[in-house]
Formats: sequence, structure tokens, C-alpha cells
Amino acid sequence: MSAGRRLALALAVLGLALLIVAALALFLGSAGLSPRAVARALAGQAGADSMESVVTLQLRLPRVAAAALAGGALAVAGVAFQGLTRNPLAEPSVLGVSSGAAFGVVLAQIFGLGLSALQALGVAVFAFAGALLAAGAVYLIARVPGGLSVQTLLLAGVIVGIFFTSAITVLISVVDFNRLGGVVHWLLGNLAPIPPASLALFALLALAGFGLILKSARELNLLALGEEAATQLGVDAARLKQRVFVAAALLTGTVVAFTGPIGFVGLVVPHMLRGVLGQDNRLLVPAALVAGAVFLLAADTLARTVVAPAELSVGIVTSFCGAPFFVYLLRTRYRASL
Amino acid sequence: MSPLVEFDDVAFAYPRPVRREGGFTLAGVSFAIEEGEVFSVIGPNSAGKTTLLRLLTRVVAAGRGEVRLDGRPIGRLAHAELARQIAVVPQDTPRPFPFSVEQLVLMGRYPHAPGRFFESDADRGHAAAAMEATGVRHLAALPLEQLSGGERQRAMLARALAQQPRLLVLDEPTAHLDLRYQAETAALLRQVNAAGGMTVLLVSHDLNLAAEVCDRVLLLGGGRVACTGPPAEVLQREVLEPVFGCAVTVDVNPKSGRPVVQVAWPVPSARR
Repeated sequence: MSAGRRLALALAVLGLALLIVAALALFLGSAGLSPRAVARALAGQAGADSMESVVTLQLRLPRVAAAALAGGALAVAGVAFQGLTRNPLAEPSVLGVSSGAAFGVVLAQIFGLGLSALQALGVAVFAFAGALLAAGAVYLIARVPGGLSVQTLLLAGVIVGIFFTSAITVLISVVDFNRLGGVVHWLLGNLAPIPPASLALFALLALAGFGLILKSARELNLLALGEEAATQLGVDAARLKQRVFVAAALLTGTVVAFTGPIGFVGLVVPHMLRGVLGQDNRLLVPAALVAGAVFLLAADTLARTVVAPAELSVGIVTSFCGAPFFVYLLRTRYRASL
Repeated sequence: MSPLVEFDDVAFAYPRPVRREGGFTLAGVSFAIEEGEVFSVIGPNSAGKTTLLRLLTRVVAAGRGEVRLDGRPIGRLAHAELARQIAVVPQDTPRPFPFSVEQLVLMGRYPHAPGRFFESDADRGHAAAAMEATGVRHLAALPLEQLSGGERQRAMLARALAQQPRLLVLDEPTAHLDLRYQAETAALLRQVNAAGGMTVLLVSHDLNLAAEVCDRVLLLGGGRVACTGPPAEVLQREVLEPVFGCAVTVDVNPKSGRPVVQVAWPVPSARR
């Protein structure tokens, strides 16, 4: 089967899975609505102020959209960081990039930026800058002549992550806590409903990052030959690395700005896809967008229902899956290369 | 008409920290490679052979002087344009490398249409022909990492042929190969050159391979051109010994009439 056909098939299967999980997420929840009531609200037949309408359209639907966007963006960022560093364990949270973005967001909140669309753009800019800063620091620490050291990269990511987490703690300690309403809950990765205008901004930024990485997918494959060989094949390696680096930081920063640092999605989803689709980034990047959405929607639905009527943060669910998964990969598949 | 490749008084030095880790300097290097010939750059380890290759493929830029392709300075060519003219078979295959042989060979089609997302049927046809030519077509679906050293080398050669270059550059092509594959590689180079009219540049410290397959040889020593000419002229005891810093003997291959170079092993004194 040609690569194009395999991609179409994978997207069809994943798209179907996304529909099913999204439907589940809309119909399940602590409000105890009957499926018929939810359907009525979705069809616009319930009154605008009715309970089923408010819960379905103003709480659950935006949350489903945010989860799908965040999951897709994080999974694509994972594929990008893995291709860029030629390190199978690279991922926004492992590399400390999420922590850098979170630092940017806390800083933005101290400056008083909130959730209206324009202010959300400001928060996203801060998060993007933080992500770039953290990723740049990791890159500089791990760079050796001729490439990136695999082990040093992971260590540098951990160290940079710890540094920015400490910086966040300092900010929270010195600033009046009331000005940082909900920041602790947000720091755990939290898919609170986002206003429609902000949601549109979220989608736009995520799409921009995704587009840049998709455009670079074939060149990312060539980078597996090594930077020198890729250059000799006609790839402008320096420009490619800059472009993918900025795009992956944009995806990470955007997700952190709107939903908080949700870990390990960029590790778990790409690896499951690699098992089925192989290593071709031209298949992985688009598939990761949809599969990431499926994964985070499922995780969020679990987070909302498993301890109902209370809720877990979705970041806790992904960390509970992701951390053991990371250890498993470290101990089995990549033992030889580390 | 200008030669295919021209080095004009090229000098190059790596920045200091890299130099200590094995980067070397070149000074006043001038030579030309004519279209259609098999040319070889030989010399001891650390003579600057790999640096010369990097200058030619624009991985690094010359500090002084100019490298020209068809009379045009290569600094003015886009990377993809250069890759349509020059293909390199590197010394080592990358590891880890997660792609199959066919995916590897298809990568050689990139410079011909960098904007294309998936390769076209024509690209797949070129890749198949290249794999056929180097005898790896039956391995197409296997991961490169599962191949033996000789098979990997031929897969890398197929990738370079799929690039359809005018100049094929090979960096130490026989370094990891046993005798049979060395012979096959030499035969394949001759065939590519004779049938396809491809110019070949061989970078190697295998003097005898260079002597057998090359029209002209350039001997590099300490970052300078020590001697250029036909193998019989360059591969002489008086020329080689000062550059390599050891005693050699040069014989003649009775079949091909080409020189054969050997280390003049010191004979151990008789045991008492």
C-alpha cells in the first residue's frame, strides 16, 4: 500500500475514533443528564437557559473542543521534538518546554492578563516566549559538536524543567495569592471551559504550528540521516531546525496558555502510532493530530467521571499513564541506544 | 569549457575547539575534476580528505579561495540545486536509522522536487532502478539496520544513484567491506562511470583501490596537495614515503599494469 493510501486509512480510522470519544464525552458527566436531554440540547431544541442546554453547550462542548485541540497539538509537538532531536523520548514535558511555557503564563497572570480573547493572545505570547526560552536552554546545554547527545538532552530537559518549576513557585510565593486565582488548579493541567473567541484563537495558533511541522515532515525524515547527509541531499538543515523548533514551541506554549501543562501526551501518542504506521513523519504528523485529540478526550472523560461528582485534573491522568510508559520505553526499547 | 569541479587556492580551518577533536585545516588547495573521469583523493588519516569533501558539498564554506561547479561558485547555488549535481555516499550509515531500504533510497529523490509531500510514481521508478543496479532490490522492505555491512553500503550507494547526480562522491567506500564486496564496489564504480557517464570522486586511504579504478589521483598531505596525476605518477615510493611517514614498496599488478602499494614491513631480526 502506498504511503498516501496508508495515511488516508489511518486518518479515517482515527477520525471515527474521535467521533465516538467526542460523543461519549458529550453524553457522560456528573450532571446526570439523560442521553435524550443531551441530544435535545445539541439539536437546539432545549431552551437556552435550560439545565441540559447550559451543561451540554456551555460546559461540555467547549471542553471537548479544548481537549481535542490540546491533545492534537501536544502529540504533534512530540513528533516534532522527536524528529528534531532524533531522540525517541523527547517530548514537551520531558524536555522542560512545558514548564518554561507555564512560567510565561504565570508571569502573564501577574501582569493581570485574563481570559478574554485579546488578553488570551497576550498570555499565549508569554507562554510561547517561555517555551522558546526553555527549549533554547535545553538545546544549548545538550549540544555537542556534530549533534545532540541523547542522554544529556534528557537530563538537560529535567534540569530546565525543575528550574522553571522553582521559578513559578517563587512567583506564586511573592505575589498576592488572590491575584493568581486558580493558578494551582491550572498548573495541574486543567480543561476548564474556554470562551468561544479564545477557543478560536487556540485553534488558529495550534493550526499554524501544525501546518509548519506538516510542511517540514519530509525533511524531518531526511534529518534521520544526520545533519551533514541531509544538507548534502539539499535540505537547508539550519532553517529546517529553526522552523520545527519554533513551531513545536508554539504548539506547546499555546496548549499551556489555554489548558495548563499537560504531560506525556507527546510521548504516549506518537509511540503508539509508530508501532502501527512506522517512522515516516509524513504519516505521523497528521495522524498524531487526530490520535492526540482522541487520547486527551478519553483521558479527560476519565478524569471527569472516575471520581464523580468530584473531578481530577486531566494532567494527573496523563501523568499516571505517561510516567510508567516512559519507564517502559527506557527499560525495553531504547536501552541499547541510551 | 570549465571543468566540472574546480578548487581554486582554497584554504579552510575549523574553529579551535573542533580542531582539537579531529577537524583539520587545508591551505592553498587547487585542482580540477573533469567531466567523465574517475578521480581520487588519497592521503593519510587527518590529511584533510573529509574536509575537502565537506567544502565541495557546502557543509562548510571555504575561508579563502573558491570552489566552483561548472565554473559557478558553489556558494551561489541553492542546497537542492547542488544536491541534483553532487551525491555523496558517506563513510558510515547513520544509527539509529528507523527507515527501510526503499524509504532510504527514495530520500535520494528529494532534491528533484523538494516541495513534493509524497514521492511520485516516477520517483519510485528511479529508486527501483537504483536498487536494481546495486543489487539490493530484494531487500527493499527491510529496515536498513538489519542489513549486513556490505548490503548497507550498497543501499547507501543506491540512494546516491537515485539522486541522478553528475558527480558521485564516495567517502571511504571500502572501509567496512570484506574482499568480495571491495571487488564488487570497484566493478560497480567502473560500470556507473562507463555506462552512465557519471563522474566519480573517490575519497579513500585505500591506495590500491584508487590505483585500480582511477584516471587521476590527488595525494593530500598535511592539508596541502602533495601531488596530482595518473596513478603511476603519484603512487611512487619517493612521493608516498614523505607524506605517509613510513617505508613503502611499490609493485606493478601484472594483470592491469597499475601500481600496487604495500607497507615495507620491517623484518624482525632473527631470534637469538
